[in-house]
Amino acid sequence: MKKLPINLIIGTVLVSIVLGTAVLSLIWTPHNHALMNISQKFHDPSYIYLLGTDQLGRDVLSQLMAASRNSMIVALVAVLLGGSIGTMLGLLASALGGWIEDLVMRIADIGFAFPALLFAIMLAAVFGPSLTNAVFAIAFINIPIFARISRASANQIWTRDFVLASRAAGVGRFIITFNHILPNILAPIIVQATIEFAVAILAEAALSYLGLGAQPPAPSWGRMLSEAQTLMYLAPQLAIYPGICIVIAVLGFGLLGDGLRDITDPRLARER
Amino acid sequence: MAYFLFRRTIGFIFTLLTVSVVVFAVMNVLPGDPALTILGLEASDDAINALREKLGLNEPILKRYFYWVFNALFGEFGQSHSFGVPVSGLISERLSMTVALAVSGMVLTIIIALTLGIGAAANHRKFGDWGVMFFSQLGIAIPAFWLSILLVILFAVKLRWLPPGGFPGWDDPIIAVKSLILPTIALALVQSAVLARVTRSSALEVMRLDYIRTAKASGFSRKRILWRHVLPNALVPIVTIVGMQFAAVVTGTIVIENVFYLPGLGRLIFQSIANRDLPTVQALVMMFAVIVVTANFVVDLLYLVIDPRLKERN
Repeated sequence: MKKLPINLIIGTVLVSIVLGTAVLSLIWTPHNHALMNISQKFHDPSYIYLLGTDQLGRDVLSQLMAASRNSMIVALVAVLLGGSIGTMLGLLASALGGWIEDLVMRIADIGFAFPALLFAIMLAAVFGPSLTNAVFAIAFINIPIFARISRASANQIWTRDFVLASRAAGVGRFIITFNHILPNILAPIIVQATIEFAVAILAEAALSYLGLGAQPPAPSWGRMLSEAQTLMYLAPQLAIYPGICIVIAVLGFGLLGDGLRDITDPRLARER
Repeated sequence: MAYFLFRRTIGFIFTLLTVSVVVFAVMNVLPGDPALTILGLEASDDAINALREKLGLNEPILKRYFYWVFNALFGEFGQSHSFGVPVSGLISERLSMTVALAVSGMVLTIIIALTLGIGAAANHRKFGDWGVMFFSQLGIAIPAFWLSILLVILFAVKLRWLPPGGFPGWDDPIIAVKSLILPTIALALVQSAVLARVTRSSALEVMRLDYIRTAKASGFSRKRILWRHVLPNALVPIVTIVGMQFAAVVTGTIVIENVFYLPGLGRLIFQSIANRDLPTVQALVMMFAVIVVTANFVVDLLYLVIDPRLKERN
């Protein structure tokens, strides 16, 4: 068997840790993450509080675990939503061609003019900041990315002989798209989804840090960092842990995506 | 070439117009009454109506859109609700901060990335190369705001070399520059991670070409080959990413200004969101989107300068 790429292995390990923690937090955390206990504030790491406590006496480790769940759900919903809309648009553009394809791609170009942050800012200004708005903003920026990738991949499949055979047999464009095109472009879509998952985790953290994402008391790595920033002189360690969690999660999904791309598209692997 | 320019310019104008429609639509057409948002749920109907009248919300939507675009072309974005002054005034007061941060961030990004990227390519598959790749992988995963906090903890809280945030104004240039050092580094380190990687792979590709071998055989110094022969020919993909990163750096200033409490446009956006000051948010979002679109357009034009072959092909 061929040796697996190193980024795939490290990525899988990191992602397993993060996902495992998120699932574990559903059934068990060392303490209740939201439980305040002022008498125990700024506790140093100990057997009772493995990573210590924050300014309200909440257990840091439990908060980090609960936040991992939050982060995974946001990223999952945002990438699924944006990815499926984008992929559908790309498939549609590829199947219909002509001016519809042009139009869809021009609209996708415009999507690139809006970083998630700008979109989240607009939504927050109109509806007030909330995690739902953050999810929508992250999903929105994923639409053009997936539309482009799925169209480009689908266009390649449309030229294959088996597709030509189906067309000759009189099968309709949408049936072909569903039965032949979609299954054949899944690999690049999944690779992209994994990479966008990392981007979404980063975006959620940034939006929550800025107050445009998770609202108190919802646990979030980004929000923990913004709270910790006001306590830098008192308890700098509080600003360390959530950042490490973000890096592990983003690095994990990023490496996993790169690794998956290397094994599904070996030409690219050789280039690097 | 003229055709290329024409097509790109038309595309650019079309994108700008559509962006303005999207911004206007999100801020004005989506369900959600700005007057209600400003006054809160308990407000009386009379108060809401009066405010709607004052904000011009009772006018037809198309008329409001064209009015907004037309005025924006002349730098007028209406009156800020919360500050009670024209939005254009608020913007011009804070523009210097954001421009200074974005430009210094971009310059530092390019210096770090080109040095690391070319250095890594020159030491391909050696220790230095792995080091740069590791830095780049890590830099992509580190959020800029966390890096900022770490820098503040180290250089402001522990070592006390630099201020932890805030900006005293340009009156004392030394103090002003000192308070911009950490924000600039935070902005540039993260961005240069991506660019260093692109520079490296692009340079590696060029280094495989015959004329580089010839240059080596002619006895040119390594330094001269790298910076005079490899880099210029590796520039096309680098410039693409620089253009995209310019956009990322500009929007990155929004985050960094909020981490370091710098009085620029990014801070203004967040103050405006907190105050439900829609005209200001709308103007600023539009401004940032225009910068992003323009950056992409300029990249397209730069291709012509960097790669003269494109001129003939078009």
